[in-house]
Amino acid sequence: MKSIWEYANPKKFIETSQALLPWVTGLTVVCMVVGLVWGFFFTPDDYRQGSTVKIIYLHVPAALMAINAWFMMLLASLIWLIRRHHVSALAARAAAPIGAVMTIIALATGAIWGQPMWGTWWVWDPRLTSFLILFLFYLGYIALWAAVEDDDTAADLTSILCIVGSVFAVLSRYAVHFWNQGLHQGASVMRAGALAGDTEERVSNVFAVPLFISMAGFVLFFVALVLLRTQTEIRARRMRALMARERRG
Amino acid sequence: MIALLTRDLKLAVRAGGGFGLGLAFFLILVALVAFGVGPESALLARIAPGILWVGALLACLLSLDRIFALDREDGSLDLLATAPLPMEGIVTVKALAHWITTGLPLVVAAPLLGLMLSLPGPGYLWLFLSLLLGTPALSVLGTFGAALTVGLKRGGLLMSLIVLPLYVPTLIFGAEVARRGAGGLSVEVPLLLLAGITCATLALLPFASAAVLRVNLR
Amino acid sequence: MEMKVTDLAVARGGVPLLAGVSFTLAPGRALILRGPNGSGKTTLLRALAGLQPPLAGEMSFDREAVAYGGHADGLKAQMTVTENLAFWAAVHGLREIGPALAAFDLEGLRDRLAGTLSAGQKRRLGLARLMVTGRPLWLLDEPTVSLDTASVALFAEAVRGHLARGGMAVIATHIELGLPEAEVLDVGPLKAALPAAQLDDFDEAFL
Repeated sequence: MKSIWEYANPKKFIETSQALLPWVTGLTVVCMVVGLVWGFFFTPDDYRQGSTVKIIYLHVPAALMAINAWFMMLLASLIWLIRRHHVSALAARAAAPIGAVMTIIALATGAIWGQPMWGTWWVWDPRLTSFLILFLFYLGYIALWAAVEDDDTAADLTSILCIVGSVFAVLSRYAVHFWNQGLHQGASVMRAGALAGDTEERVSNVFAVPLFISMAGFVLFFVALVLLRTQTEIRARRMRALMARERRG
Repeated sequence: MIALLTRDLKLAVRAGGGFGLGLAFFLILVALVAFGVGPESALLARIAPGILWVGALLACLLSLDRIFALDREDGSLDLLATAPLPMEGIVTVKALAHWITTGLPLVVAAPLLGLMLSLPGPGYLWLFLSLLLGTPALSVLGTFGAALTVGLKRGGLLMSLIVLPLYVPTLIFGAEVARRGAGGLSVEVPLLLLAGITCATLALLPFASAAVLRVNLR
Repeated sequence: MEMKVTDLAVARGGVPLLAGVSFTLAPGRALILRGPNGSGKTTLLRALAGLQPPLAGEMSFDREAVAYGGHADGLKAQMTVTENLAFWAAVHGLREIGPALAAFDLEGLRDRLAGTLSAGQKRRLGLARLMVTGRPLWLLDEPTVSLDTASVALFAEAVRGHLARGGMAVIATHIELGLPEAEVLDVGPLKAALPAAQLDDFDEAFL
């Protein structure tokens, strides 16, 4: 019985992820193409929102990944702090820019969707504001990684920042809800998954299936990017180590 | 620990600007906002609680990078780390010293500046109370940011980027207390939430600050 | 209390510097660390002081016994000589600073601001700080930098007094301190061997 921690060996990780990467990439392409094409061209327009509703196939998966990427970083940070596996810290580092970009996509598509619906590009709605704050946390995290020279020090500092940041991101979310009740509809996708959409507020089944495929596509896309970027980080780290060795002579 | 506190306060007084600088910045900020939005007192009265809170927050931020940077430069931080004081105690005392030199003067001065912004009558008490409750959390959070960036040559901007998002909950509840107070509404809920956040921050964050400081001393 | 260090290995910036550092120090004894620049003396002292974790090895002595003196003296320019010393004494729970002032000939400078002292005077004040910690194990990193001959003699005298009271000292230095009784450890030969570099084979250490 192999331990899962074996994959924390950088070399083993690179081998395994190399083998996995083509499959994950292939599945990503299939899911995204199917989900997005189905969603954009083969679903009816919403009777109230018209074709603008179709941006949901980008907006919702991106928002999902924006949050889940942070969760993954939190988990990886905890693993680093507890078990000191370098790959874990590097994976957290690799995921941060992807999460930040997903946050931007969610905010931008939200603005584009919000303009015809609410008549404005931006409102200080709790959900939008929470995402803005999340984006700021991503920026701080990425900047700290970039600023600290020693890799292990940077990994320790960013991990602790990630944990403290998670607590304050959640606090901010509740604070923002308290501050403004908002226009945004509640998260309606998951309820739709449990129950056929029988009221107009829920996302009905016609939209749900391509949406779920698209969400799966985004998850796989994230996994593929993280694997690839973690490989890059491992090699960069190895390169820095070899250069330090060279300097010591 | 008391020796450390008195030393830090003494240094803040002697180095000049410890007490005065943050206050002067606060005053300038309030004046600039008034110049920016115009002299109409009804408008100023409406935005006064928010301006004063944001001003206090930025004035707090201004002096954060000095918390550990000077001690790091002259080697005191290494010596303190080997002294018989727990690191958690050191960061707490540092945060306390920062609050006394920066937060407390702001709390005292805020009602005066509220006068300049024609803050409505019932607002003064709540503004004062909300700042009194909220600024300790700002100092403790700032100490965490300062501990994170103490090893960096140009850590100031990065520290702002890291610390400001952490200030969001405190700012929201603090400004809400002041705003509701000024409007004569019930302040109980945001006041309790503000107190809760401050207490939790005071109790837990020194552990994180001490941990990152130890990492940075390696 | 005896100081015992076994097979200690230290690293700086992820690169191993020293390995297999072992020594025993009895009360009343001093150890001089020698070795070329960059050989890892400072890193070793910081590891002994508990400021950074060692890569491997064991250290058996009380961490609360350590008084560390690094390159910087930990002085505040805006405070007087007396205030600086009194602060460090208070941190370590002591009050008496007179003997420390006397040992390093600082009595004439008591009320001067530390910022107005010369480099050598600052160093003397930094070394006087060791005496107000009341701790038995001094870990000193190049303590004689910017000291003149007379001051070096004062320092040697202070170390000898400390040893006579049952203290211990580990001192990294290049010059002759006039402590013939001290043991010497040359860290030059203890340079850590790096694992053979193979381009495709590396483990968690990345080296």
